Amino acid sequence: MATDVGDVLETSDRRRAGASGKVTLTLRIRRYNPELRGEESWWDEFTIQADPNDRLLDALHEVKWHHDGTLALRRSCAHGICGSDAVMVNGRNRLACKVLVRDIAPKATVEPIRGLPVLKDLIVDMEPFFEGYRSVLPYLINDEGEPDRERLQSPEERQRYDDTTKCILCACCTTSCPIFWGDEGYVGPAAIVQAHRFIFDSRDRGARERLQILADKTGVFRCRTTFNCTDACPRGIEVTKAIQEVKREILLDRF
Amino acid sequence: MAKRRADVGTLYRGSPGQWSWLAHRVTGVAIILFLFVHVVDTAVVGWGPEAYERVSSVYHNWFVLLLELGLVAAVLFHALNGLKIMVFDFWPSTVRHMRPISAATTLVFVLAMVPIVWIMGGSVLEKLGWL
Repeated sequence: MATDVGDVLETSDRRRAGASGKVTLTLRIRRYNPELRGEESWWDEFTIQADPNDRLLDALHEVKWHHDGTLALRRSCAHGICGSDAVMVNGRNRLACKVLVRDIAPKATVEPIRGLPVLKDLIVDMEPFFEGYRSVLPYLINDEGEPDRERLQSPEERQRYDDTTKCILCACCTTSCPIFWGDEGYVGPAAIVQAHRFIFDSRDRGARERLQILADKTGVFRCRTTFNCTDACPRGIEVTKAIQEVKREILLDRF
Repeated sequence: MAKRRADVGTLYRGSPGQWSWLAHRVTGVAIILFLFVHVVDTAVVGWGPEAYERVSSVYHNWFVLLLELGLVAAVLFHALNGLKIMVFDFWPSTVRHMRPISAATTLVFVLAMVPIVWIMGGSVLEKLGWL
């Protein structure tokens, strides 16, 4: 008996989805649309059928494409690397494309990330976040002149800042930080992670300049080690540890 | 920079560190408020021992004794949590073990509170005439 390739794929898909197939998911979404409803935000509820192995992003697409086309959300790669679909899911910052429906069904609350101005629904103005990012000089600084060949680095030297190279600037950490919510000046965890990536890079010569920026009152000592950032990071970066290492570097730099 | 819109959504269910940070602030404020009262009641001794005795008799009230129990708990928590923060600040690698360190701090707090509640709670009940 000849088996069609399509049948095989469909069967394995169904098996992966479990015997029950689709599950019911009720999404409670925080909406905001100043053009339609003024400054007041409101909650909308949508009940959809979704594959348990779908991501929350797929569920949000289902809502936008088949229930309410006015729902605004930001996403690009949909595979956890561009960092544009950070949202607050059930009270925690997550990437919508890295949360599975089976982990949040039957009901989930979705809100925009906190501490940044909401523009519409789940879309926030990322500019204050990027302002903090730019302020720590997140690029290689080396005024020793152009080398003949690439700047070599030992595996150990590379390992020193490996963890903080993983940042995708999604703002999950920064917008999970209670200090950032309350203090517009604070550069936030993500900016410090980016600074860490260059401060501990053996090829870089701008560490002192960055440490001076981060020693300021809007810098690293705003951190009160609440660990929300480490918990929120979709890349598994030990954000609090990186921040503490920068604090310590500033302390040692002074003596 | 665009103004941040004050918007109350749901509670952020953060890491345990979020809650110990909050408790650290609340206990800190509570302790400093007590200190103000304490400075005043101690200063009353300048008006003589009788005046001081009269003012400090307030502390024998069952409700104030209960507040004192809360004060000891606040100081103890604030001190232990402060030590925890210092460990994280001076030895960044310990940050990786935040959960066990937080659990140990909580355990020490609870164990120390057992005899404190036994002794101070007893005098509250005594004042109430229940013991």
